[in-house]
Amino acid sequence: MSWAGHSGRKAETLERAFVGRSLWADARARLFRNRAAVASMIVLAIITLMAIFAPLFSHYAYDAVDYDLVTCAPSWWPGDAACFAGGTHWFGTDAVGRDLFVRVLYGARVSLAVGVVATLVSLVIGVLYGATAGYLGGRVDALMMRAVDILYSLPFIFFVIILMVMFDRNFILLFVAIGAVVWLTMARIVRGQTLSAKQKEYIEAARAAGVSPFGIIVRHIIPNVVGPVVVYVTLTVPDVILTESFLSFLGLGIQEPLTSWGVLISDGANTMESAPWLLVFPALFMAVTLFCFNFIGDGLRDALDPKDY
Amino acid sequence: MALLEIRDLDVRFSTRDGEVHAVKGVSLDIHEGTCLGVVGESGSGKSQLFLAAMGLLAANGKVSGSVRYRGKELLGLPAQELNQFRGSKVTMIFQDPLTSLTPHMTVGAQIVEALTSHRKMPREEARARAREMLDYVRIPEAARRMKQYPHELSGGMRQRVMIAMATIAGPDLVIADEPTTALDVTVQAQILEILRALKIEKRTALALISHDMGVIAGNADQVMVMRHGEVVERGTVESVFHAPEQDYTKMLLASMPRLSDPVHLATRPGEMLLEVKDVRVTFPVKGDGFFAKTRALRAVDGVSFTLRAGETLGVVGESGCGKSTLARAVMQLIPPSAGHPKGEVLWLGRDLTRARQNDIRAARKDFQIVFQDPLASLDPRMPIGVSIAEPLKTLEPGRARTEVRDRVRKMMAHVGLDPQWINRYPHELSGGQNQRVGIARAMIVRPKMVICDEAVSALDVSIQAQIVALIKSLQAETGLALIFISHDLAVVRQLSHRVMVLYLGRVVETADAAALYADPRHPYTRALLSAVPTPDPDVERGKTRTLLTGDLPSPLDSRAQLTFLKSRRIDDPDAMQYRPKLIEVAQGHFVAEHD
Repeated sequence: MSWAGHSGRKAETLERAFVGRSLWADARARLFRNRAAVASMIVLAIITLMAIFAPLFSHYAYDAVDYDLVTCAPSWWPGDAACFAGGTHWFGTDAVGRDLFVRVLYGARVSLAVGVVATLVSLVIGVLYGATAGYLGGRVDALMMRAVDILYSLPFIFFVIILMVMFDRNFILLFVAIGAVVWLTMARIVRGQTLSAKQKEYIEAARAAGVSPFGIIVRHIIPNVVGPVVVYVTLTVPDVILTESFLSFLGLGIQEPLTSWGVLISDGANTMESAPWLLVFPALFMAVTLFCFNFIGDGLRDALDPKDY
Repeated sequence: MALLEIRDLDVRFSTRDGEVHAVKGVSLDIHEGTCLGVVGESGSGKSQLFLAAMGLLAANGKVSGSVRYRGKELLGLPAQELNQFRGSKVTMIFQDPLTSLTPHMTVGAQIVEALTSHRKMPREEARARAREMLDYVRIPEAARRMKQYPHELSGGMRQRVMIAMATIAGPDLVIADEPTTALDVTVQAQILEILRALKIEKRTALALISHDMGVIAGNADQVMVMRHGEVVERGTVESVFHAPEQDYTKMLLASMPRLSDPVHLATRPGEMLLEVKDVRVTFPVKGDGFFAKTRALRAVDGVSFTLRAGETLGVVGESGCGKSTLARAVMQLIPPSAGHPKGEVLWLGRDLTRARQNDIRAARKDFQIVFQDPLASLDPRMPIGVSIAEPLKTLEPGRARTEVRDRVRKMMAHVGLDPQWINRYPHELSGGQNQRVGIARAMIVRPKMVICDEAVSALDVSIQAQIVALIKSLQAETGLALIFISHDLAVVRQLSHRVMVLYLGRVVETADAAALYADPRHPYTRALLSAVPTPDPDVERGKTRTLLTGDLPSPLDSRAQLTFLKSRRIDDPDAMQYRPKLIEVAQGHFVAEHD
């Protein structure tokens, strides 16, 4: 480490020296200096807004069937003149003549909601549960982790079917089912990280300073296990979106005419040769979204590590 | 011709913060069978110099100059050719033997690998050689140790294993980079004995890199003092130590704590603060095998002492003697699931061991602790200002943010930190500065007692002297009581009113500091005192060391505590043994029974 590198920051340090900053404030500042992360946040915000205000973007309804325009290529695509008569379909139409653009946006609602909500739920439960088990250790840890093992051993599909049978088919159940499974891995990862973090001397220093166990978990353990957690979260979002499409494929998730990216992609894959746009557009949206999550995740991890600054 | 000739060696690192010129055109010769001592504080480039010479530089480093081994140029050799020298003709020993040993390989396998990677040899023979080598570096029960993993060995044992690995192929030159820095004085003395024996018996040349002038004084023939990548001074050990020419060398020699230094204690003991009565801490240790019974490791085994306001109690002992565990037992920091503390810890007459968690937490305002490793004891993700404020926020809740901030900034100025660094992170500060942060964190709640657990051991000598001075001045100002734990007897002497010597969880000797240093009665205390290296080559060479020899006892073995009272020992590792009593030999001078 060299002092030379800090001279550029001198002015800023002097100016802000009298205000105590926290890790989170610093992290936010660093995150907003990360161009890839900021660009990703903007793109993600645009996609989210488009999904929320989907009906404003197109005068087609997501379930409006038009048998005159079956499997039309995007309207800007040269050729297929027969399709233009019915108006502009930017992304083309599907096998029953529904506008793909509006369906992709409606699909974004489901996929983003499932991806973000299920991941957030798993993040909150998994991190708290894992950090608590790891920090308390001993018998509490053993009991808490055996509970996780038992839940792990339940076959996922069986679990979902039971939920469906007990509570009727329901959109909310999708979140519950996926969230209930994803947090288990998170808890395990966090517990493992916590076990090594709690051996550190600064944890003992915090105990000597009279910080309560909960305070230690929140102030010292969680910020220090955040690196692997963030990486796992960015992997979880796509995983959850794909799980949703798998459930939908089995008839346990989203049902027609509602749709999701996962469903659109798996439908599109079947007609890849005859109508590639049915695969390309939803896949493009999904890929861009996942890239965004990855960049934001990387940015978050770096931002939360002051050493990387 | 010299064995190793280094000419104008230059090392530069390109980092994100620009280029770092680590070694600036250093030349040196090492002759066969001699020892070159390289002294310098951290950041002086002494390690990089030899890493560069051995082609072990990090990827962002650039070397220029010349390194000749028996006339053959080593710089720029392809890795494959270089490997013929490295590990067989020229070997290295590093400071931290735990990180330089592979954790998932047994010690035996690693030594065998070091041997067979350079010479084809039947497995059995290699194994026998490895066992011999472990005997040579005085590892007890070598056959059993071969099957153990690095983490199962103590630091001293691991360093011996490293030496065994480095010397098994019969090298001409061993480069020892701070080989004893992480070790206790008595272990350090043993390791240095082994290195000395290597030099004499096997005519192995030695490059001994150390920050410790005492270590260099007793072992080196030639000495080179480095600072900021340059050679400040060089010469024979006598000339450098007795007639240093450069101010930097003089400063280094002056900041080495010596047993012979005059002591000025600033405070006088006042009212009784802490009474510790017969504290015991045992940790359950699981044996090998599935059905093995758990045995009790007695980390602290019946220690009693008192501490008055303004008094400093020095606690001395080797690692594993329970001094840190004792500190944690006093601080009520041992989690009930890990150990089973017994006995009484009376703080101002109130027994903390029976107090409820909330009461203990409230009482923490009065006693704080400063840890050994300044970097590890600070949360890497917290600005130092937040770390310093933490005890204040939890122990005196309800203060306004501005008040907390003012207290933090005042405290920072008080311990010699620039208050503008309040938002810096620990990794942006040096070790000495981080330790000041640790002291500020302990002092901010104005405690009545601070435990310094090896608080200066990880620091450079010049920084160490500053921190000791800081602790002293804080004590003079506030009438603080201190428990100063250290393996360094010279530092303990600078600060302590009373000194307590621990051996395997028990007190072997306790007395007023002056009496203990002038008239040590217990053989263990004597061994410790004689193991302290003095930065004077004549003293070091003329010294007859009371080395502790024989098996290094395992604390699990009940016989171990009776190492100095063999006549009362029952030869059964599980037997209930006689407990040596403390006998008052002079007023306030207690010594455990010994042969």
